[in-house]
Amino acid sequence: MAATEQTIEQVKNLAEGKYKYGFFTDIESETAPKGLSEDIVRFISAKKGEPEWLLEWRLKAYRHWLTMEEPDWAKLHYPPIDYQDSYYYSAPKTTAGPKSLDEVDPELLKTYEKLGIPLKEQAILAGVEGAGDSPSIAVDAVFDSVSVATTFKKKLEEKGIVFCSISEAVKTHPDLVRQYLGTVVPYSDNYFATLNCAVFTDGSFVYIPKGVRCPMELSTYFRINAKNTGQFERTLIIADEGSYVSYLEGCTAPQRDENQLHAAVVELVALDDATIKYSTVQNWYPGDENGKGGIYNFVTKRAACRGRNSKVSWTQVETGSAITWKYPSCILQGDNSVGEFYSVAITNNMQQADTGTKMIHIGKNTRSTIISKGISAGKAQNTYRGLVRILPKAQNARNFTQCDSLLIGDKCGAHTVPYIESRNRTARVEHEATTAKISEDQLFYCRQRGLKEEDAVGLIVNGFCKEVLKELPMEFAVEAQKLVAISLEGSVG
Amino acid sequence: MRDEQNQTAKGFVEQVVALAPALSGARGEGLARFAKAGLPSTRVEAWKFTNLRGLDKLTLGPAPDAAAVTVDAIPTALETPGPRLVFVAGQYRADLSRVDDLPDGVVLSSLAAEATPMLGDGPLRTLNSALSSQGAVLRVAAGLKLASPVELVFIAATAGDKAALWNPRIVIDIADGAEATVVEHHVGANADAYVSNIVADVTVGIAARLHHYKLQAEGLDAWHLANVSTHLAQDAVYDTFVLNLGARLARHEARQVLDGTGIEARVSGAYAITGNQVSDITTLIDHAKPHCTSREVVKGVIDGSARAVFQGKIIVRPDAQKTDGYQLNRALLLSEQAEINSKPELEIYADDVKCSHGATAGELDEDQMFYLRARGIPRNAARVLLIGAFLDEALEEIINETVRAYFRARAEAWMGAR
Repeated sequence: MAATEQTIEQVKNLAEGKYKYGFFTDIESETAPKGLSEDIVRFISAKKGEPEWLLEWRLKAYRHWLTMEEPDWAKLHYPPIDYQDSYYYSAPKTTAGPKSLDEVDPELLKTYEKLGIPLKEQAILAGVEGAGDSPSIAVDAVFDSVSVATTFKKKLEEKGIVFCSISEAVKTHPDLVRQYLGTVVPYSDNYFATLNCAVFTDGSFVYIPKGVRCPMELSTYFRINAKNTGQFERTLIIADEGSYVSYLEGCTAPQRDENQLHAAVVELVALDDATIKYSTVQNWYPGDENGKGGIYNFVTKRAACRGRNSKVSWTQVETGSAITWKYPSCILQGDNSVGEFYSVAITNNMQQADTGTKMIHIGKNTRSTIISKGISAGKAQNTYRGLVRILPKAQNARNFTQCDSLLIGDKCGAHTVPYIESRNRTARVEHEATTAKISEDQLFYCRQRGLKEEDAVGLIVNGFCKEVLKELPMEFAVEAQKLVAISLEGSVG
Repeated sequence: MRDEQNQTAKGFVEQVVALAPALSGARGEGLARFAKAGLPSTRVEAWKFTNLRGLDKLTLGPAPDAAAVTVDAIPTALETPGPRLVFVAGQYRADLSRVDDLPDGVVLSSLAAEATPMLGDGPLRTLNSALSSQGAVLRVAAGLKLASPVELVFIAATAGDKAALWNPRIVIDIADGAEATVVEHHVGANADAYVSNIVADVTVGIAARLHHYKLQAEGLDAWHLANVSTHLAQDAVYDTFVLNLGARLARHEARQVLDGTGIEARVSGAYAITGNQVSDITTLIDHAKPHCTSREVVKGVIDGSARAVFQGKIIVRPDAQKTDGYQLNRALLLSEQAEINSKPELEIYADDVKCSHGATAGELDEDQMFYLRARGIPRNAARVLLIGAFLDEALEEIINETVRAYFRARAEAWMGAR
């Protein structure tokens, strides 16, 4: 498929060394004044033409945020963030709002081309105008904070699927948004999530109606563009009874020296017999080899498996960002519900990652699986932090956790901090963790067969991550494998 | 604001300070520091799962006069008791102790004779160093191998209906090339409410060996708070095991620093608890130097509404290449209300290492049970058999066979009593 080839090509360019996504598109931004205050919150809300209840919710969050302290328990070190030194709103200038790709600023489309999002190509290939039925990927492209183009809408509409930006959903499906927004991650949840509630600018909204199997992978490409803009995405996915959806999230960001703050919130709701598969490839700018620049990524992702037999599967490949603070979680409330977490986190140079998951077993016969692979190279620090909690009513709950760490070089660190709390005797919880370095034997074997050391390391690490990578949808798998190798460049020899 | 929330059992702290004798110098400073810092609440990460708030319910009084207490039986792990120190209500009882017949080069005495080193690392240690006046000292000179195990026996006693607090200090110093075995017993009556706040400082010299075992069978109204700090030198072997059976709340906190190459540390434990008991085993194994091995197996059974806590951390420092660290934590939940909180933690800064940990929690295997029942073994007997086998995996870690057999018997007695 052309899309895949393009991805390969794009990744190949990446492999040549420099971070190729370090370009900057000059589009007139309509930017709010620097800093954070109630006025800014009101400005954002007004700018987006939001109803009163949403503004009130934002303000409630903002006021609560002022009383909170930034968490310091993670194994992360970074200079204090000045929340007043950032822009909280910047929207690409658009006219009334594009209804088709033609109306979109060609500059933007060019940016996507450089990024390798084959938006235009896909529109033709799969036929936005109704030509051809071949399933493909629908892209809700997020350029800075405002969603500017959404393809495949018609096709999805036929099935009754809602896939749009969250600000659009506030207007078109206010009841759904109001019913679910903030029910998985409440406004008072944690410092970064609360900040997000106050100032979120946009994000994706997905609703899959009862019994519908989404015919294509839904995808959002995130992009941080304007200088000094903290990006506060908010994603809400609701899978109604018996539905299925696979959602892809991928990110790149332009190269820049200031640290950029990113605090997203993702909420998933799975009702009876529904399944949500959420995959992420995160390769934001990690900073240079001395730790200068790079994205600060503080994300709150949580899924509520509310219905019986519901299932949520998180898969993530985290290779970018200077700081990653991220714990995609599952609240397994419905009986027989299933939570999965598959993660590869790679840190190189001065990167720091503190990531993991939480599995809260509430319902009977709930099951969870956690597979985490952490790779640490250079002077990076990589921490797995996870919680498995079995509540008294979770009869026959089952958890299996496997955390493996790989160390490359003697200046890096790999840490494992699991919490296991069981309050039901019929529950079975198993946790395993290992830490090791790349086996000399494996390296020797590859080198002997003529592979360069760097390629050999890439190959071995890919093997190490295989259990997780195989969980990715096809479109991501290729890119992810390349990324694994690229992320480790310069870590050997 | 945060400082306030990080403290608990303020009433208890006030009582302790009010009852303390007039102290001067370092001890006075220590007590003032304790009064200010207070006791850690569950908001403090290291105490996340163990709540000291219940200490507030105690009404503290002075410890009874130990000399006046009649002691019926002195627990021992040995068929023929060897050298031992006996403490009643935290006070040394020379008449019950046996310190004769020790080879030259061995010092076994009560701490009162020695100056207490001031150590303040954490509030409970600070409290101990401020108030401890009695304790046990064992020093073994270089190259000396002490054949008979040394027993340190702590017997609880209270006066009237007031609760008592004592702060024994244990100092064990095994010089280069020496070897010794130490068995600690902590026992008390179920009716007595008391707080035993123990601090042990252990040093094991170059190529020295120490087998250090502890049986905690305090009364079921007791608070047992122990803090063990061990320093290991090159090629040392440290074999330690704690068996938690008693106390309303017992916390055994052990930190071992592997400060030399070629050290072998075996840090294991087991517990069997029921009712409202809390058993907390918190260990830190600090690999500071290369080429060391550590091994830890902690297993336990939880019945009634009891709660067990395991926090095991392995640190591998940047230079500690070729470290081999292994840790296993397994819990068996026997009842509806039983609870386990486990936090096995790895913190690794060196690449050429082999570290792993495993943790499981669950109930008795129905298949195993069926197998035994199918062979005509009654349900209860089958349970005892399976629980025994489960705990055995941990008890096997004890190198000294006599002590192992004794600990096993104590664990079996616990199962039989149910």
